[in-house]
Amino acid sequence: MSTSADLSSDVRRIVVVGAGECGTHAAMALRDKGFDGEITLIGRESVHAYERPPLSKGALAVDEMALVHPWTPEQLAQAHIDLRLGVEVMGIDLEAGTVTTTADAGGEEEIPWDRLLLALGSDPRRLQLDEVTYLRTHEDAEALRALLHPDGHLLVVGAGFIGLEIAAGARERGMDVTVVEAGSRALGRIVPEEVAAQVVALHEAHGVPLRVATTVTGLRREGDRVRAVLSDGDELLVDAVVAGIGATPTTALAEAAGLLVDDGIVVDEALRTSDPRVFAAGDCASFPDARSGGRVRLESWRNAHDQAETAAASMLGQTEAHVAVPWFWSDQYDQMLSVAGLPGTGERAVLRHRDDGVLLHLGLDAQDRLVHAAAVGPGAGVAKDIRVAEKLIAAAVPLDPAQLEDPGVPLRSILKAATA
Amino acid sequence: MSWTRVCEVDDVEEEDVIGVSIDGRDIAVYRAEDGSFYASEGHCTHERMLLCEGLVMDGIIECPKHNGRFRITDGKAMGAPVTVDLRTHPVKVEDGEVHVDLG
Repeated sequence: MSTSADLSSDVRRIVVVGAGECGTHAAMALRDKGFDGEITLIGRESVHAYERPPLSKGALAVDEMALVHPWTPEQLAQAHIDLRLGVEVMGIDLEAGTVTTTADAGGEEEIPWDRLLLALGSDPRRLQLDEVTYLRTHEDAEALRALLHPDGHLLVVGAGFIGLEIAAGARERGMDVTVVEAGSRALGRIVPEEVAAQVVALHEAHGVPLRVATTVTGLRREGDRVRAVLSDGDELLVDAVVAGIGATPTTALAEAAGLLVDDGIVVDEALRTSDPRVFAAGDCASFPDARSGGRVRLESWRNAHDQAETAAASMLGQTEAHVAVPWFWSDQYDQMLSVAGLPGTGERAVLRHRDDGVLLHLGLDAQDRLVHAAAVGPGAGVAKDIRVAEKLIAAAVPLDPAQLEDPGVPLRSILKAATA
Repeated sequence: MSWTRVCEVDDVEEEDVIGVSIDGRDIAVYRAEDGSFYASEGHCTHERMLLCEGLVMDGIIECPKHNGRFRITDGKAMGAPVTVDLRTHPVKVEDGEVHVDLG
């Protein structure tokens, strides 16, 4: 990261809309980079930034849920960040250079800015059915936890990261769990079939059946329970239904302001929107991916942090392109699933079976350069290899598939040879 | 000073880390690219992840879950998501064996 400060002197007031990890990280990064003007950080949730990943993971399995805050309120105050929590932004006026918020006492307040960052996040996609719970905020997690009890039966709709993590968490609390997935297999978006199969086998070993190519066609409350009618005609009497079927970017504010939106707020490689004074980062931003040449939008914890850094630099005129390799992880039972890079660009794949039970799937392009890696295995055993894979993807040099397949050749020695 | 023998030099590859336990306490033992050894608390200061599953590169250990980064020589936290430095411990190598002093 560049630290040379070209603090464009006309930038004195920066407003960040969205006080989750992305927006808050950006606000702190502005200070790290030497910006000493006004920073106003506006969030609609009533608590300061907390980590969302644990909400679908550890938080479901433990008795007491504790939020993990990357920054304390004292750290934010010491950085002179004007934090406005529980405040909704009603509109953006690009011409005037202001945002309008709900203020105390029901009034409205106009806050001027020289640079504006939109870190608005995403919202869970919803089914056209009542009686369904979703997971995004800590309040959602509390509500979901209240539905989990050892004698109950939980129906999970969607076998993606969130759905399967919830299934594992509920199972660890002793619940019976059934997972239905509309697609032909689990984890269809970014995890290759071989790795997904090992994750599904893990769930089956824990007594959680997965029914693919199955949707919920109706839900009916029967006393304390809910009767679910499935697309194959089967009916399940369950205690709760939770859906993890993807998310849609939160873009209404940007659209209303006249910014370009197309499955996310459209930004360039510096995360600048169609208005050069306005930036977007995190789940809500659709950005050009240098490796694939296409546009991508990532809903991931790492991306929220990486793009916060890039956006902060860009707002200060420190030109910096966002080139980070996408990275995702999931915890299910005692195993970790991790992915680096984006699938669909690989021409062929190599499987690496480690003797500790870790399976790595390495996707290569036509020049035998690594473009995508996915792994699952016990503990955090996948972490090192995926991190090395991430560096191999960034290096973008041709590799020897035979070496990649051989678990006797450490990936990091391949990386050393490749980057020497 | 109270030195505890934790492993042999060859147990740790260059630019790598292993986890050891001293009186039930998890300790991470690092071997730098130049062959020198360092030791720190075994868990990340962020969310109690075991650092021995992490990657050592260019003198930095990365937490396996969140990529919190610490300098192995002195435990300095290298930026978000980690803001608290990692506690380090003295290490000595004698006759091919690595010893750590928890003080």
